[in-house]
Amino acid sequence: MKKFCFAFCITLFVIATVGCSSPWNDPHPKEDSEEKTFHGSFSERPKHLDPVSSYSENEARFNAQIYEPVVQYHYTKKPYQLVPLTGTELPLASYFDENGKKLGRSADLSEVAFTVYEIEIKKGILFQPHPSFAKNDSGEFIYQDLSEADLEKVNKIGDFVNTGSRELVAEDYVYQIKRLVHPKLHSPIAGFMGKYIMGLSKLADTLRVADSRGELIDLREYEFEGAKATGRYKFEVKIKGKYPQFKYWLAMSFFAPVPWEAEQFYSQKGMKERNLTFDWYPVGTGPFMLTENNPNRRIVLKRNPNYRVEYHPADLEKEKARRLPLVKKALFSLEKESIPEWTKFLQGYYDTSGVLSDSFDQVITFNSRGDSRLAQEMINRGIRLEKAVKPSSSYMGFNMTDPVVGGYSRRAKLLRQAISIAVDYEELLSIFANGRGLAAQGPIPPGIFGYLAGEEGVNKNVYDWIDGEAKRKSEEVAHSLLAEAGYPDGREMGKDGPLTLYYDTVSSGPGSKAVLNWYRKQFKKLGIELVVRATDYNRFQEKIRKGTAQIFSWGWNADYPDPENFLFLLYGPNSKIVSQGENAVNYQNDEYDRLFALMRVSPNGPARQKLINRMVEILREDAPWLWGFHPTAFVLSHGWVSDAKPNLMARNTLKYRGIDTKSRAEMRKKWNKPVIWPVVIVISLLVIFAIPAVFVYRQHQGARIKC
Amino acid sequence: MLIYILRRFLYAIPILLTVNVLTFILFFVVNSPDDMARLHLGQKHVTQESIEKWKASRGYDKPLLWNINEDGLTKVKKTIFYDHTVKLFFFEFGQSDSGRDIGFDITQRMWPSLAIAVPVLLIGLMVTLTLALIVSFFRATYIDTFGVVICVVMMSVSGLFYIIGGQYLAGKLLRLVPISGYEEGLISIKFVILPVIIGVLSGLGASTRWYRTIFLEEINKDYVRTARAKGLSEAMVMYSHVLRNALIPILTGVVVVLPSLFLGSLITEAFFGIPGLGSYTIEAIQSQDFAIVRSMVFLGSVLYILGLILTDISYTIADPRVRLD
Repeated sequence: MKKFCFAFCITLFVIATVGCSSPWNDPHPKEDSEEKTFHGSFSERPKHLDPVSSYSENEARFNAQIYEPVVQYHYTKKPYQLVPLTGTELPLASYFDENGKKLGRSADLSEVAFTVYEIEIKKGILFQPHPSFAKNDSGEFIYQDLSEADLEKVNKIGDFVNTGSRELVAEDYVYQIKRLVHPKLHSPIAGFMGKYIMGLSKLADTLRVADSRGELIDLREYEFEGAKATGRYKFEVKIKGKYPQFKYWLAMSFFAPVPWEAEQFYSQKGMKERNLTFDWYPVGTGPFMLTENNPNRRIVLKRNPNYRVEYHPADLEKEKARRLPLVKKALFSLEKESIPEWTKFLQGYYDTSGVLSDSFDQVITFNSRGDSRLAQEMINRGIRLEKAVKPSSSYMGFNMTDPVVGGYSRRAKLLRQAISIAVDYEELLSIFANGRGLAAQGPIPPGIFGYLAGEEGVNKNVYDWIDGEAKRKSEEVAHSLLAEAGYPDGREMGKDGPLTLYYDTVSSGPGSKAVLNWYRKQFKKLGIELVVRATDYNRFQEKIRKGTAQIFSWGWNADYPDPENFLFLLYGPNSKIVSQGENAVNYQNDEYDRLFALMRVSPNGPARQKLINRMVEILREDAPWLWGFHPTAFVLSHGWVSDAKPNLMARNTLKYRGIDTKSRAEMRKKWNKPVIWPVVIVISLLVIFAIPAVFVYRQHQGARIKC
Repeated sequence: MLIYILRRFLYAIPILLTVNVLTFILFFVVNSPDDMARLHLGQKHVTQESIEKWKASRGYDKPLLWNINEDGLTKVKKTIFYDHTVKLFFFEFGQSDSGRDIGFDITQRMWPSLAIAVPVLLIGLMVTLTLALIVSFFRATYIDTFGVVICVVMMSVSGLFYIIGGQYLAGKLLRLVPISGYEEGLISIKFVILPVIIGVLSGLGASTRWYRTIFLEEINKDYVRTARAKGLSEAMVMYSHVLRNALIPILTGVVVVLPSLFLGSLITEAFFGIPGLGSYTIEAIQSQDFAIVRSMVFLGSVLYILGLILTDISYTIADPRVRLD
């Protein structure tokens, strides 16, 4: 009993000690709460941090802080604009004919056999400290020839005592391009890039043969025409024909530099068994380096001590410019559930947050004109709201190979147009997304060249421009189109019962029921019966691949801010059933395809805008999609965070974020004073209830003795 | 007894094999290797070539259970089932489909699970046994009636309600502990205290009622009357005699779960952000990571069998009349 009391007192002492120095409910270690540390969260652990495989948004938010491609997006300018990162200037494209003769910049597409991008990188950039670079006094690598015994006590990258670094050279970029087709790695863009980068497919075949023979592949030994270093700081990439969008790919981590030393280090025996791989411990030149990767709990990025001198772009003309990155550390904690995440944000333990649908009314209010603004309670807490329309489209697609809703006959077009009018996306956004989105007029979202705002950008098949506003056409118009199509009041002539259409979806839970009922209601306005076919994710994907779905919802997030990245979703040769491309509705229109080929290689300007306008007009007429909406991101940040404005193309914005730690600590203490009295009351009540029981027990014992 | 234990272990082999075959069939009925590859490679720009490459690198390019292109024993050996199952019997879990070492992850994640499951079991057992003994002692009084009513109310409330309510009350309103999260070392106390209290509270109603029933059955037996007649105090009667004689049904429920404690709780871990094995399994199911799913199912089966054997052994300790032959 004494031991138990002692242990209990110790526990209380520990809790009390922790409680005295910081709020009791502080989930972060004490040093992280006090230091210039950014506190964020992640809900899904990143699968890949190797830049050759990483493609999803939740991976990019880490990788973009660690790896540095040659170009980046300007962090404030819109339309989105590329600026050099490690490159001395933007990549320069030169065009050549099939004889290798250099052509002028305005060369015709048919003349261009290949394009060469010449890239020069800045001198003196260093990789982060890493054991793969560590050398002894004789200049030999310390950790490049490790035995199983050497790795016995190693469990994480920090267990290697020595680290080193070296200068970034052009060869590191070329090395990474070769990694795209390494037989042991899985780059999602390997096949796609094989169509563009000269010799990449051939290199893939060569490497595959070498791998099948059991040879150890050292990519430095393999040369290929598509990418080569032309100097210590210069390299060039050769592209088949003309592909102007390639410059945007250069801003993605697929084209970030990778040092061969790190690859060799991680490929040693015993590393994989300890989870010491490129996928878990990246090596880059960026402002941050990953020091702890526990995807089950937290991911820690620390300031890269070798990061070059770079100042905040907003301070360039100021006397005292802030050196980047502004925080020393960024700590991202795993949060699987949204309620604890939101509570911690309100308690001040996360610096930024999104807005949950459940708490939307607590956070956002609407004025008389319907514009959203932050609720007073949030303003009083010093919270700020930033809004930005995402470069993405969420749409409902008609399978164009379907005999009822598909095809290019007038009847089919009119049916799709009628449905386009009936399905009221403004209402959907208002009911299910708290107005967080913009009803789309076409496939191109705002912020991307080709998007037109105002009257000239309105889809005239669905909207009328009245009093300076786009107003959805009335149901009567939809009914008349439907009647013209041969479905008066939603009934096919000569057949009994309403026209029945089928909507395929993976949403089947109670949360989706309301949305699905809403869709049914929209079709019902026209007298059409919408049957929801709920299925699992794999079967749904299979239906889309085989073209057996009729109507379905789909979406696309921009890879890069060029209209080509949206208009290619309806380019005939990209049809899902033909080429397993991204044209999920299998749309095909010869004129559109011809214009797409021209638009793809045209520079931004009036001529390109004209092409885009015509293409969008064709699409609106054919209506293969209900254009859906472009979602809006709502980002909340506390008053102590600076530069939290979202840039939805640039992912490397952590370096611009600053934290006022003093203000944060004060607010956290103020908002998190523990309330103890209810606990005291509960304990007192338990004691009070126990007293009669003890009394009865004693009485009972006494009674027995008397007997 | 040794022969008995050995025999039980031998019985375990066909059981584990059957569990593996069933898990394998159930998993691959829903997910084909192509589906798994697509999920791992993402939705954009995925080609059939990259799918084939992914499958080959993880051994999913072979037939599932029977390779018609091979001869003799290799018909079985050159299959996905053989590749991914035989090593499990030597506790070699291999790599997950996302490339992490499963054995390493299990050793890392079992500790947070244990940090919650062990206190919940021990404290829960201590509290429920004591409460059940008290309620039995005060049988047919207002305390007994009140206790049973409270128990019924508590067991009628969903476990999720305890979690969300507890987080709201202790984490948000009273600000006594972090609402979720986990840190290693002594500081972990402030993270596990709330899930442990909630774990104990949520199981209190059902367990107390169950133990009360067991105790009430014992309390009217002759040996209890004899003990009282000897002049023993009521506390001595309850703890030394009633509790000891009621141990068999209690052990049946408790010992069997002991080995599987470190598998963790799926819901508690997800809500409290505890990086244990419960959330590990759920994540694997969501991401269609067959390597982890089969490892966790296999481990669960092994531990359950171990728990049953331990239960049998515990009977011999609790009741000397029981012999394992």
